[in-house]
Amino acid sequence: MPALERMTRTMWWRGAFLGAFLGAATAVCLAQPAAAVMAYVSNEKGNTVSVIDTDKWQVVKTIKVGQRPRGIEITKDGKYVLVAVGDDDTIQMIDTKTDEVVDTLPSGPDPELFIEDTRGNLVYVANENDNTVTIIDINKRTQLGSVQVGVEPEGMEVSPDGKILICTSETTNMAHFIDLASRKIVANVLVDSRPRFAAFKPDGSELWVSSEIGGTVSVIDPVKHVVTQKITFAIAGLRAEAIQPVGIGITHDGKTGFVALGPANRIAVVDAATHKVIKYLLVGQRVWHMAFTPDEKYLLTTNGVSNDVSIIDVPALKVVKTIQVGELPWGVTIARH
Amino acid sequence: MIRTLFLAAALCVLVSKVAAAQTTEIKIGYLREAQSKTAISLLDIPAPDDGLAGAQLAIDDNNTTGKFLNQHFALEATHLDNADDPAAAVAKLAASGVSFALLDLPADALLKAADAGRGLLVFNVGASDDRLREEDCRANVVHTAPSRSMLADGLAQYLVWKQWQKWLLVVGSHISDKLFADALRRAAKRFGAKIMQEKIFADTGGARRTDSGLSQIQSQIPLFTQSAPDYDILVAADESQVFAEYLPYRTWLPRPVAGSAGLVPTSWDGSHDQWGAVQLQNRFVQLFHRRMTARDMQAWMAVRMIGEAATHQRAHDPKQMLDFFKSRDFALAAFKGQKLTLRDWNLQLRQPILLSDGRVIVSVAPEPGFLHQFSELDTLGVDRPETKCRLSKG
Repeated sequence: MPALERMTRTMWWRGAFLGAFLGAATAVCLAQPAAAVMAYVSNEKGNTVSVIDTDKWQVVKTIKVGQRPRGIEITKDGKYVLVAVGDDDTIQMIDTKTDEVVDTLPSGPDPELFIEDTRGNLVYVANENDNTVTIIDINKRTQLGSVQVGVEPEGMEVSPDGKILICTSETTNMAHFIDLASRKIVANVLVDSRPRFAAFKPDGSELWVSSEIGGTVSVIDPVKHVVTQKITFAIAGLRAEAIQPVGIGITHDGKTGFVALGPANRIAVVDAATHKVIKYLLVGQRVWHMAFTPDEKYLLTTNGVSNDVSIIDVPALKVVKTIQVGELPWGVTIARH
Repeated sequence: MIRTLFLAAALCVLVSKVAAAQTTEIKIGYLREAQSKTAISLLDIPAPDDGLAGAQLAIDDNNTTGKFLNQHFALEATHLDNADDPAAAVAKLAASGVSFALLDLPADALLKAADAGRGLLVFNVGASDDRLREEDCRANVVHTAPSRSMLADGLAQYLVWKQWQKWLLVVGSHISDKLFADALRRAAKRFGAKIMQEKIFADTGGARRTDSGLSQIQSQIPLFTQSAPDYDILVAADESQVFAEYLPYRTWLPRPVAGSAGLVPTSWDGSHDQWGAVQLQNRFVQLFHRRMTARDMQAWMAVRMIGEAATHQRAHDPKQMLDFFKSRDFALAAFKGQKLTLRDWNLQLRQPILLSDGRVIVSVAPEPGFLHQFSELDTLGVDRPETKCRLSKG
């Protein structure tokens, strides 16, 4: 389908949807403008964050941030977008009302990825340079402590019950299970080379860990602390070394997983029950991270080398649009305005 | 609730197991000779711990992992003088219970050491001689240092990709210079470059550095390159560092320089910052207060290979370890954009080649378009069908 026609159709559909929505909610809308869903994309080389309006699928603002922005997350209360600016050794807080940097968190040196606890009070930060996870109180903007982990901590995840923190260390090749009550490591699970990202299934039954150099995603039983299966990838005509899994997204119903394959320029769609790949979606170059819109109709992926974001229609499993952002887009998070 | 109880029970089991387990000690030997201190540029004079520092950092990295697995790694470094017998040094290591050793020795000394320690698995972290991977290969020698042919192929791919196919080749008069020139000629033939002329730059034995040397060099080099037919790039083979660094900006025609000066193929460079390399560079500078060199990286990779085998396979003896390196399960992450694996026909570590101008990384080979039916990394160096290595003999 030609791009213009595709866009027009999408816009028509969106218009119809918006019309129905407006009709049903006029009273609310009169009191307060409809909440727009915005995607915030960190551009590692550009030192900016691009704000994408997901109704218009357009970059509506570019925010200047510190040096080398990578990990990016919205706070649970929706008030701030946190962005780790590694070369400035801090996490900046962007006010989602004004889209301006208003404060910082004491992240420790070279923060990359981080995650909030389930209540949204604490942030756990991977400090790659000194093999630690730093714990920060978001409201007080203070450090509460740290945990020593393996070499080059990167991927961070909290179990859905809020009790266990996962940290993957890239050179140690482990997923560390940290008990959040005692802040002690309770298990270490070996995975394939260079684990980059960890994601729980929403029901907490499985932990998925991507290994960028190993080329696999390990499925871990979070109770027994063992790898039960490995998701593997094969793309005809592409050398195995180019398949480098990084970002992972799992739908709320726990049925479908999406895995970004880096320089393979594809997102693998995985049946989360059988752990088999059902489809490969061609996106931009060197795809690393992703985020769903709140309704899970769309998935946005950051394509570092082609400086763009691909929009995937989740029910249709199709790439529907590409949006140019800043230089070397790295992470993405989604917020309601 | 049941799940919580189960989890608690599982943790108790795990914790008690950890407490009860004995720490496994893995000792790694390191034999080295002093590096030559003659270099044209002060910046190229190697640090006293060149190579050793890389091994020490990898020991630290392995131990961070090892503390979760009750494994402890230790390095036993031995410095050899010219008079010392490498065979005796290896025998001493073996007698002290060491099963793995890094060797940073010239080719002949390395072979002596490897043959004296057949029960050991040794890692060549310094010598780039192709013969160690070919006719003189050994079944107990793994090479983390790239061969001259790998380095030359990486450079040639880039020059051909750049459409700089006409080379002026200048070769030094030492054996190592001639071996590098052989690799460059082979690379030119493989990838379609043309050597317009070859010139020898003889080492007349003068000092590298004199207080008023520059004015002479400024007039010598233009003269030396004046008579050459037109060329795209001057490629220098000067491992002995006698003349190559004098070439840039001084040639008769305004042409770039590559090989032993200018654009240099290497396994590592202190400026390499891609694929997470900054983290390794930072760790290195923090510990040693200098930048990480190719020799440091080659030693780091060897110790990390031993660490990988120990953590993943729990392999503690040389045979198990080598089987693991040759298997499909082995993948080394070394900040080069893809996994490094081992060529099972000659035990050379497959690796991309960085092309550095001394300030930044200009490109990383294999270059786009150089294809291979098995691994594009095998477009660099001597490939399986061409090898003269027969490991069964070793």
